[in-house]
Amino acid sequence: MTEVVATSQTIVVVGGGISGMTAALEAAECGRQVLLIEKTPALGGRTALLYRYFPKLCHPTCGLEINLRRLKSSRNLRVLTMAEVTKITGARGDYSVSLKLSPRYVNENCTACGACSEAVEAAIDNPYNYGLSKMKAAYLPHAMAYPQRYVLDPSIVGTPEGEKAKAACKYGAIDLGMKQETLEIKAGAVIWATGWQPYDAAKIQPYGYDRYPNVITSLEFERLADPHGPTGGKITRPSDGREAKDIAFIQCAGSRDENHLRHCSRICCMASLKQTQYVREAYGEEGKSTVYYIDIRAIDRFEDFYRKVLADKTVRFVKSKPARIAEDRKTLDPVIHGVDTEGYHRYASRHDLVVLAVGMEPAVKGADIPHEIVADSSGFIESAASGGFFGAGCASNALDVNRSVQSATASALRAIQVVRKSDRVEA
Amino acid sequence: MGAMNEQALAKYTNNFLREVEERVEEGEWVKMCMQCGVCAGSCPFGPDWEHSPQKIFMMIRAGKRDEVLSSDSMWMCTSCYNCVVRCPRELPITQIMHGLATYAQRLGLAPKMNPTRKFSLLFWDNCTRTGRVNELKLALGLYFMDGLVAGIKKAWAMRNTGLGLLMAGRLNPFEILKGHECKDKAGIQRMLKKAYEIEEKRRGFAK
Repeated sequence: MTEVVATSQTIVVVGGGISGMTAALEAAECGRQVLLIEKTPALGGRTALLYRYFPKLCHPTCGLEINLRRLKSSRNLRVLTMAEVTKITGARGDYSVSLKLSPRYVNENCTACGACSEAVEAAIDNPYNYGLSKMKAAYLPHAMAYPQRYVLDPSIVGTPEGEKAKAACKYGAIDLGMKQETLEIKAGAVIWATGWQPYDAAKIQPYGYDRYPNVITSLEFERLADPHGPTGGKITRPSDGREAKDIAFIQCAGSRDENHLRHCSRICCMASLKQTQYVREAYGEEGKSTVYYIDIRAIDRFEDFYRKVLADKTVRFVKSKPARIAEDRKTLDPVIHGVDTEGYHRYASRHDLVVLAVGMEPAVKGADIPHEIVADSSGFIESAASGGFFGAGCASNALDVNRSVQSATASALRAIQVVRKSDRVEA
Repeated sequence: MGAMNEQALAKYTNNFLREVEERVEEGEWVKMCMQCGVCAGSCPFGPDWEHSPQKIFMMIRAGKRDEVLSSDSMWMCTSCYNCVVRCPRELPITQIMHGLATYAQRLGLAPKMNPTRKFSLLFWDNCTRTGRVNELKLALGLYFMDGLVAGIKKAWAMRNTGLGLLMAGRLNPFEILKGHECKDKAGIQRMLKKAYEIEEKRRGFAK
């Protein structure tokens, strides 16, 4: 199953999110051999978990569909899912990449009919909804998943539940004997596109994310608004399921803070502005959004979107970084305390739901990358001495989708230059 | 440069910020404030004083020298350090507030009737004289701060506490005559004199 032909001409791309897919496709469409490695069972990364993009409010499924189509029609591209890189040695033109392949327990006979999922009763936290809902332990990651193949959670393998799944499959696609494998491959250049993860909101102690059910992160809110999400697209409160019509957005939750993330995460201002429009979409004039901010960083053409939201009467802006959130014990309403900067008024504002616009940190930070690299103080990749290793997308900086794609294309060009040079040496 | 020009320039030259940076302890941090407001919201005394730290920093940058130095705010700081731990720029806010208070006191601009100012002076005077705090004299000094009648009233109200301390051996009435001293009183005085000298020189107060 895991025969991979890779030579010093191959470009290895680590991470199958929007950056990794783009880098891999750009290089493959230029005629280079590319191996795309993804840790989870499906491509798409965090982009697949967004409801809509800013500033045009289009759906990410559209962009993903185009990329998957390009990917399926490319003969130069191989994809390995459930694969993790454990070590990269060597230098430009001659790398050796060690991989660890986790068992999926489902082979290529799978037709994605879903019979195994129906048969299985065990449920696990759904990571695609940030744990806001449960899913069956035999699952298809999401509707757009590539490859379209089910996965068995390791927790049911070796239990009667696993046997149930096996018995239900008409195509002999379930192989409970699959083992973890290791693999070593050659590569001429490596593009590291492992993306980002949300900053752990529980660490921002005064905001009480770990204590108050009605304080959630911007990513969880994204799932609430999504029709494929845990509430079927209804914006409700986690504590009582009531409609949340008065929503506060707190900017710089973790970002631009020496106690948490030193950098500006760049996407959160636009993401919150976008999310105020979800509230308007759901509740019309009845919805109310309040944005607490230090300053709104809607760069270049995003300024237009900001102006549009400013003109929206359902959205209120409060120039203040809130000091703390308290909770009304009876109603479980979060109450935000602080002082605003425009007049220094002290406020204690009650809302139905508080959304923390959490910052972005690298999913694999600086020293945890199994190769010798130079990272900045936040753990984003700056360079690598080996000469053929490049960061792309959010592994290199806090970026939105648009800029991630630009960064990925740039890294693909750099990688192509490396393998072209080793071409000439061999010829 | 013409007089008009100089006048216009003076308006936009922020001498007060520079003055604070040079002469106030940790004053060089003031320009790092990004006006997010977390300190103001985190301050437990926030509603009770005139200017929050955030506002004081903005006033310094706006050159409002008299308003800042005669404010009672720095004197209200209880050193709980809530603002310092939450400040996203890690400004030593508590230290700056104390630095401003000290500087205002030195210039004679501090609010005369502020009780914490009075207490601070009383305490410093009390403990530097002998190298030890004479708690009896300090307490009595505090009671009689606002005059004889007020002092007698306050002392009367606290009589049970005083008696309790006496019974427990925590209060020696003879301290009123001559309190206990540290072993090397002269040494303490010399050390403080040197510290004052260094401070005067570093902050540019020396003549």
